Amino acid sequence: MKSVLRTHVRASVLAAATLALVAVSPALSQDLNALIWCDHADPALLQPFEEANGVKVNVKEFEGTGAGLAIVEQSQPGDWDVMVIDTIDIPRGVAKGLFAALPEDQLPIADLFPEVKMDASTVVDGKRYGITEKFGYNTIGFNNTKVDAADMQSMASLTGEKYKGRIAIYDYYLPVIGMAALALGKETAKLTEADLPAIRDELMKMKANAKLVGEVTASQTALATGEVDILVGGGEWVTAGLAKENPALDFSIPKEGAVLWSQALAMFEASRNKDLALKFIQYIMSPEGQARLATSSCYWGMPASTKAALTEEEKKTLRFDEQPGFLARAQAYPAPDAELDKKMQDIWTEMLQAQ
Amino acid sequence: MSESQSGRLLPWALVTPALLWTLVFFIIPFVAMFVLSFMQHEDGRATFENYRQFFDNPSYWRALVNSLQVTLTVTAISVLLAYPFAWILAEIVPVRYQRLALMLAVLPFWTSYVVRSYSWLLVLAQNGVVNQALTGSGIVDDPLQIANTRGATIIGFVHFFVMLLTLTIFANLKQLSPSYRRAAADLGAGPVRVFLHVILPLTLPGIMVGAFLTFVLAIGDYITPQILGGNNELLMPQLIMMQIGRRGDFPLASALAIILMVVVTIAYIICSRWLKIERT
Repeated sequence: MKSVLRTHVRASVLAAATLALVAVSPALSQDLNALIWCDHADPALLQPFEEANGVKVNVKEFEGTGAGLAIVEQSQPGDWDVMVIDTIDIPRGVAKGLFAALPEDQLPIADLFPEVKMDASTVVDGKRYGITEKFGYNTIGFNNTKVDAADMQSMASLTGEKYKGRIAIYDYYLPVIGMAALALGKETAKLTEADLPAIRDELMKMKANAKLVGEVTASQTALATGEVDILVGGGEWVTAGLAKENPALDFSIPKEGAVLWSQALAMFEASRNKDLALKFIQYIMSPEGQARLATSSCYWGMPASTKAALTEEEKKTLRFDEQPGFLARAQAYPAPDAELDKKMQDIWTEMLQAQ
Repeated sequence: MSESQSGRLLPWALVTPALLWTLVFFIIPFVAMFVLSFMQHEDGRATFENYRQFFDNPSYWRALVNSLQVTLTVTAISVLLAYPFAWILAEIVPVRYQRLALMLAVLPFWTSYVVRSYSWLLVLAQNGVVNQALTGSGIVDDPLQIANTRGATIIGFVHFFVMLLTLTIFANLKQLSPSYRRAAADLGAGPVRVFLHVILPLTLPGIMVGAFLTFVLAIGDYITPQILGGNNELLMPQLIMMQIGRRGDFPLASALAIILMVVVTIAYIICSRWLKIERT
């Protein structure tokens, strides 16, 4: 009886010791907590990093910089290690003291397409706070079996009679306002309040021709199911992921140009795992990480690195070799100050409510 | 402690968990939201600006008008469909099949709300089942635009809320003693008169409870109009969400949410005489 009791006590002590060891194990305590967009939630992207480093990447998805920053404000300092953010919004995070400077010499900055380095947003007071990881275009997405591809070379087609009722508009005010500005011959980087009345009128013309205004899934579904034939604001992020099932989906960069969107990675100043956070950023920026991110199951997009390990077929789908020409014609994503941003959102609201 | 003291304390002890729950998860967040609604987004200073914006900007109050129009339409259609459905379940379906019939009626509740809305989008789409049936049978030559309209939002809502209303009205009908009908018939009332003067007034509380729930749930719903409405107009929840997405303007979003709560409170006051727990 005594020996049975002793065995049980020993087993319990052993189990408790094991649990205690597991609890303090550096490998497990080094979870990486990442605030991400849906493309980073793809296991095909995260698993290789987790396995290589023996860590777990805990992710929380969000949409919109405001929502992401609100999550950070409602968290304890140190809860989050890295964040995916619109490249143009990095200064917002820096102004709040959220982001840590990144060591440029440990990142493949030289491999990036020059146009997406975007130092004006990623470098503040001489320090780099973010690195662009993925980009693409808000332009014209369309079904090339139902629409004359030549018509898609001009934004005038979006407001003309020919495609009335066959158009969807991507529901995000900044890029589509950028497109309206391009249609009017304005530079997206120099928009002011004085430009808004003309942009508003252009948006109203687009709305009058549109069947729906939809967020990512709704607009992608509408184009894929044939509900509409054209998506204003669409681009490779809509068409590339569906290329295998629906090769007719295509995009153009019209003569007026397109709006360049880009997303970046930043590391939190309060992170308790800065080494691991940097490793994660390095992994995402590696040729393999870039290829996996570019072809994520949530949405495809161009890798920021010219050295992304994409297959020839993936490069063809993303029109990788055409990028120098596209980038030369693309204009900056509108980056208004808070006051102009509010006014832009208000004309967008007015457009949505217009009947 | 005396028996009378413990007798006085017992009710408080029993309701304390519920009071704490309400305090932590409703009152405190509500007060925080109320205070926030009077702050400036940029610097947190006190202001009425968020409320002024709502009344000054026609696109904003248009969202409230849209919400009221959609919600009242949904409530009315749902009541008109649910009452006969509940009546058939309670009066015509044999008692031994009523449980099965109710289960079948609420079957759509078992699926995800988002999945159900996307399913409706596919059903109502240009190439969807409805348009294929209409064009295939020659009723229309070209597909109708049903998806991405206010009509689609109403269809999605009605599908959901008819089930809810059916349950509340069915419960009310089952509580009615058959003697009321017999007494009215004995006094010479025909079936229509019995229904209009006896059954309908006695089931009004069930209708109003269901209608109020429909109103409250529909006016605050974001998913259905977002997926089915095609953003061709904005309702209040969409306008609220819009303030948060990129700009993170929680004060304006809070002010809009408070305005929505005021509307719900007014609806409650209107319906309150039928929402009492005790029956007289």
